[in-house]
Amino acid sequence: MKVRWPKIRPKTIVIHVVAWGVALAWIIPFLGVLSTATRPATEVTFGWWQLDPYHPTLDNFIKALTQPTYSVSKGYLNSLIIAVPGTVIPLFVAALAGYGFSRFSFPMRHYIFLAIVLLMSVPAQMVAIPVFQIMVNLNLVDSQLALILLHTAWGLPWIILFMRNFFTALPLEVEEAARVDGASDFRIFFRIVLPMAIPAFASAGILQFMWVWNDFFFALILIFSPEKMPATLLVPKLAASQLITDWGLLSAGSILVLLVPLALYVVLQQYYIRGMIGWTIKG
Amino acid sequence: MGETGAVDRRGLRSLTALGKGRGGFRLAGLFGPRLRKGTLRTVFFAPALLLIVFLVVYPVLQTVYLSFISVTGAPTLGNYQDVLSDPETINPHLSWPPPLGTLLHNALWVAIHLPISLLFGLWLALILREVKGAWIVKSAIFLGMVTPMIVGGVILRFLFETGPGIVPSFFQALGIRSLGVSWLNYRETALLGLIFGSVWLWTGFSLIIYSAGLTTIPKDYFEAAKIDGTPPFRMFFRITLPLLKPMTLVIITMTLLWELKIFDIVYSAVGATGGTRGSVDVLSLQMFNYFVASKYNLAAAVATLLTLLTLVATAFLFRRMVKP
Repeated sequence: MKVRWPKIRPKTIVIHVVAWGVALAWIIPFLGVLSTATRPATEVTFGWWQLDPYHPTLDNFIKALTQPTYSVSKGYLNSLIIAVPGTVIPLFVAALAGYGFSRFSFPMRHYIFLAIVLLMSVPAQMVAIPVFQIMVNLNLVDSQLALILLHTAWGLPWIILFMRNFFTALPLEVEEAARVDGASDFRIFFRIVLPMAIPAFASAGILQFMWVWNDFFFALILIFSPEKMPATLLVPKLAASQLITDWGLLSAGSILVLLVPLALYVVLQQYYIRGMIGWTIKG
Repeated sequence: MGETGAVDRRGLRSLTALGKGRGGFRLAGLFGPRLRKGTLRTVFFAPALLLIVFLVVYPVLQTVYLSFISVTGAPTLGNYQDVLSDPETINPHLSWPPPLGTLLHNALWVAIHLPISLLFGLWLALILREVKGAWIVKSAIFLGMVTPMIVGGVILRFLFETGPGIVPSFFQALGIRSLGVSWLNYRETALLGLIFGSVWLWTGFSLIIYSAGLTTIPKDYFEAAKIDGTPPFRMFFRITLPLLKPMTLVIITMTLLWELKIFDIVYSAVGATGGTRGSVDVLSLQMFNYFVASKYNLAAAVATLLTLLTLVATAFLFRRMVKP
């Protein structure tokens, strides 16, 4: 009996080899960091790819988490204290404004909207000095509240744009029916619009959370005490604390900081991609 | 334009509809229904506007102002003169190896990183259409986008350092001594190492956007062209590329922004000094160092220059975004 194999063109094979090869090359640096973090330093002196003595250990992670001054576990907690309100508050504030821009007409609406959207491209460096001075005046320097406020304001322009686009695409029938029944703007917003906006919140929320979690510059200019630092600020500290770089410790710390956005991405992938594409292309 | 009109009409319609409604607030009795509605509607905008004005708009204007005054407070263009004539910004002795100056380093970043990450992402998006398990490949490449840039910088240092790094070992094995060193410690290799390394971190963006764009092109287009006997490269230049134009615009803009604002990677890979003799120094880092040294007026001038560049980079995209 003759088995009939499906015809495979050579081109198909080449494309698969190339594509998978690229993927492999792409994760090699991550594999390196992972290998270095999970093994004792003596095993990786001649390269993390030397697998001959292979004794996996969590020592580096434990060391990073329990460092005396720059403990990554404290950094995690600080990052959460900053990132959770730094995501929830701007989402809510931007939803209000985005809804306003999509539904109410008033003089100069387009110009105000354009001005807000333009702010999206402003680099963080452009606000650093005055924000620092404002926080000095408010006695908020070296306080996590300062970072929460700043991230809230900083995230607003793009979340407003995102929300406005989402609301503009929503059908109006339900809202109009409610309006005919005499519901106020606020009632309509809280009872009808907000529940419908949950997918938009998920998409914008994950991007904003990652932005705040990953932020380094704002934290660098506003936080000085090691016990208040978010996790990203601790990464260079782990590198600088010894004369010779302890790559095991630095790798472990890096992986810990990377883990949160990575886990979020894996779990909420569709929302993440939708958010990213939504506010770039559809706008 | 048409859609804008529709939104306006909708807004007007709901306005009149509400005028006839009963409204839910007592204090409203004092005002006419129209005015009351307007007052209450400002509540939708107030928190956002307050925060944006207080922590974004005012700081931006204040930075512009600071850049035009001297330390004593007198109006001057001296800050810009100082910054632009500083070898740290533009090195008058234009020669390899770097430092070429922060402005030129950013320009080099754009010149190398933009075309490579854009075209590589496009090429991958095209071939991945025919690859089994494409989502795994995409996820692997997209990892760089999820990575905090501060960690990205650490990984790049790791990659290029003799001992832990695979790149120097690779070149040592090939017998190329000059590249078998810790790349980031040498002026000849540090800047290029970081630029190529940042391709690794950023290609995921153009890949994902182009992949999404490709799925929006109806298959009929290609099938019709195939029946007509159109050769593949012609199909690509006549159908695929023109239809991907909006995505290309988005990718170019966002990539430009990313390159101009680059900070974390450099900071964690070579330190706040910008590498050996500032050979990897960039505008944002230069601004930061002025800031740390309390040279606020110079820092403001660098920040303003940087912002001008980003505004130019985004002008095209925003025109399209705001007028749907």
